[in-house]
Amino acid sequence: MIIETMTSLGVPELLAKFVFALLVAFLSINFIAVYAGVISVVERRVAAKMQSRVGPNRVGPQGSLQWLADGIKLILKEDLIPDGADRFLFKLAPFLMAAGVTATFAVLPWGPSNAIAADLNVGVLYLISVTALVVIATLMAAWASNNKWSLLGGMRAAAMIVSYEIPVAMGLLPAIMIAGSLQMSTLADAQGWAPWDWIVFNNPFAMLGFLLFLTGSVAESNRTPFDLTEAESELVAGYATEYSGFRFAVFTLAEFANTWVVGAVSAAIFFGAGHVPPMLAALPGAAVVVFVAKTFFVVLILMWFRWTLPRFRIDQMMDFSWKYMLPLALVAFFGQAIYFLGTWDQPGIQIVVSHVMVLAFLGVFFLFINRVAINVKHQGVVVNSPQTEIAYLEKIGKIKPAVVEDAAESEEEK
Amino acid sequence: MGKQLRTELMTINMGPQHPSTHGVIRFIIKTDGEIVHECEPDVGYLHRSIEKIGEQMTWQGFVPFTDRVDYLAAMNANWAFCLGVEQMIGTEVPRRAEFLRVMVGELNRISSHLIAIGATAMDLGGFTPFIQLLREREYINDLLELACGARLTYNYMCIGGVHYDVPQNWNEKVAEFLTHFELAMEQMNRLISYNRIFINRMAKVGTVTREDAIGYNLVGPNLRGSGVQFDLRRNHPYSVYPELEFDVPYGQGREGEVGDSYDRYYVRLEEIRESIKIIRQCIKMIPEGDVKAKVKNSIKPPVGVFHSKTETPRGETGYLIESDGKTSAYRIKIRTGSFTAMSIIPKIAPGMFIADLIAVIGSLDVVAPELDR
Repeated sequence: MIIETMTSLGVPELLAKFVFALLVAFLSINFIAVYAGVISVVERRVAAKMQSRVGPNRVGPQGSLQWLADGIKLILKEDLIPDGADRFLFKLAPFLMAAGVTATFAVLPWGPSNAIAADLNVGVLYLISVTALVVIATLMAAWASNNKWSLLGGMRAAAMIVSYEIPVAMGLLPAIMIAGSLQMSTLADAQGWAPWDWIVFNNPFAMLGFLLFLTGSVAESNRTPFDLTEAESELVAGYATEYSGFRFAVFTLAEFANTWVVGAVSAAIFFGAGHVPPMLAALPGAAVVVFVAKTFFVVLILMWFRWTLPRFRIDQMMDFSWKYMLPLALVAFFGQAIYFLGTWDQPGIQIVVSHVMVLAFLGVFFLFINRVAINVKHQGVVVNSPQTEIAYLEKIGKIKPAVVEDAAESEEEK
Repeated sequence: MGKQLRTELMTINMGPQHPSTHGVIRFIIKTDGEIVHECEPDVGYLHRSIEKIGEQMTWQGFVPFTDRVDYLAAMNANWAFCLGVEQMIGTEVPRRAEFLRVMVGELNRISSHLIAIGATAMDLGGFTPFIQLLREREYINDLLELACGARLTYNYMCIGGVHYDVPQNWNEKVAEFLTHFELAMEQMNRLISYNRIFINRMAKVGTVTREDAIGYNLVGPNLRGSGVQFDLRRNHPYSVYPELEFDVPYGQGREGEVGDSYDRYYVRLEEIRESIKIIRQCIKMIPEGDVKAKVKNSIKPPVGVFHSKTETPRGETGYLIESDGKTSAYRIKIRTGSFTAMSIIPKIAPGMFIADLIAVIGSLDVVAPELDR
């Protein structure tokens, strides 16, 4: 639309396209910067909540401006390049990392299916290949730092990201088969607003594909339980050990931006993108809100993983990828193909299967929430004092009131 | 065919300032990437000459220094020294004081084990358990603060008993805490101890056989983790431990091998349960009375060499005290569990991953100040 407006005003088409590209790049980069900052604060607050502490709450209301303070601090820090480092590669690595993540934003949708910066017909393929740029950046940073811990981290990153690329890509295959296209907008349009129209609930194999994609993505974005590349208790800070100041900020930024990529891809490909119920369709921006909400839901799951699970060991992680995830990815792929062959002319079965999937998911979900709620309440009470928690546990019947016990004992004594 | 790439081992310094060495310990590791080929612990970075200080201070004056030998279990560290001096001068400790000693000692044992468990979890990447266990430790610190006014280095025990009696409702507060704590511990086990990833990281890693454990003089939970059922509280009883009922947990190869890191970890978990049991019994049995025997201001023990040992959270802590009949010791030698635990590392390290080494250090519960003194 912008390009058309400009060409109608007499601007050459090539120039108009160039200006449009610059505009999109500008917007994406700024979005990444702001998002990464905000999500870093959100993550710290979520972590604090899980660990019964307060978290950053001083800068701005409820610590919401903490990320600005952090950014300013990092920019003002001394920019240190260690002796013996490969200066050129050392400087290049953070920006290659950021470029790898930023480039994925070109094919991410923003709500309505047509709101994509560049709706490539090989969108998913592009996404997968561009994400792999991160390996080169990590290796570069690791090698250039002239630090043995960094090098170890870099080698781990290379091994890990290369092995997890495959399950991630194959986890996306069922979705691609259902939509019949690699194009993001087609994938988004293959789904509807209702959960039973989403690809993730289309059939069990698509669900399996999503789980593989999510697990692999956690590994690719270097988050616990797969954060071996920067395992702070083992490798100090992995490939980022020698980085300080703004260069370090760029690494962190790329990492947090990665969570958005994972969330947005899941939302677009598996969770029905930005489709809204028909009665809400007239509302402006409804699609964007729905899409962003779905994305944040996935991001929250990633945070939950990170602050709950311990870390894998390198060999266990490789085993997990090659011995379990790859065969499962093949199961998802062939299962989807067979399911497709069996039911492609029977929409009735497909509808039944997807509805059953949604119901099963809701059942499991509420069971899970129910279990978690006990822990959450437990935790909420526990911070105040042991006494309040005992009162609470007596109320829900988990322990007997202490008075009754004493009475029973005194009776025995009599 | 034929021509091979020339490879050499890479030497890495883990420490003295490394996130997972629990203070300042240095490991010189020879590795080919991920596999450790050789690991040599280099100790002494936190040496504070506490033994030498003991030769300058009066007998009572040295007690606060024993706090600093093992700051995570300061009560237990006091205890061994006080016990030694009491044996030398032949003082009878009042019964109430003995019970108070057992109670604060066991509370302190719980808090020390909480740190050990939490730090292990944190080394393996689980940050949440560590913080939540520290929260539980704060309650214990509150209780100990009620008893003696300090939260880390207590200086509560003195030669001849304990310094002060506890507040009146202290026992009820302890009982209340234990009820809460058992549930919290159950929650923590669900979060970390029974987590599959965690178990896979700990099981069959850093196995110390029974013979090695005895041969390298491991003590405490590390020894019991290797399947040796030996506890000073049971085998060389002191204080009122003979009257109390408790089990001595030992490694049974719960997840594969006897003496692996998970066994050592699990022994600590079970010891926490045993400590809870002991404290509950003490609450019922504790008598009224004095808390401090009458001890002269200037103690002049007879000439001779005395050895006292107690079971601290990190195993047997021994004080070898040589007296020349004056108001201070002629020589004091402190024997701690962390030091011998370090000596096993070069033996078990070759062939394991760097990440495993961290798990092993965590499961051996090495604390730098106790190591170097």
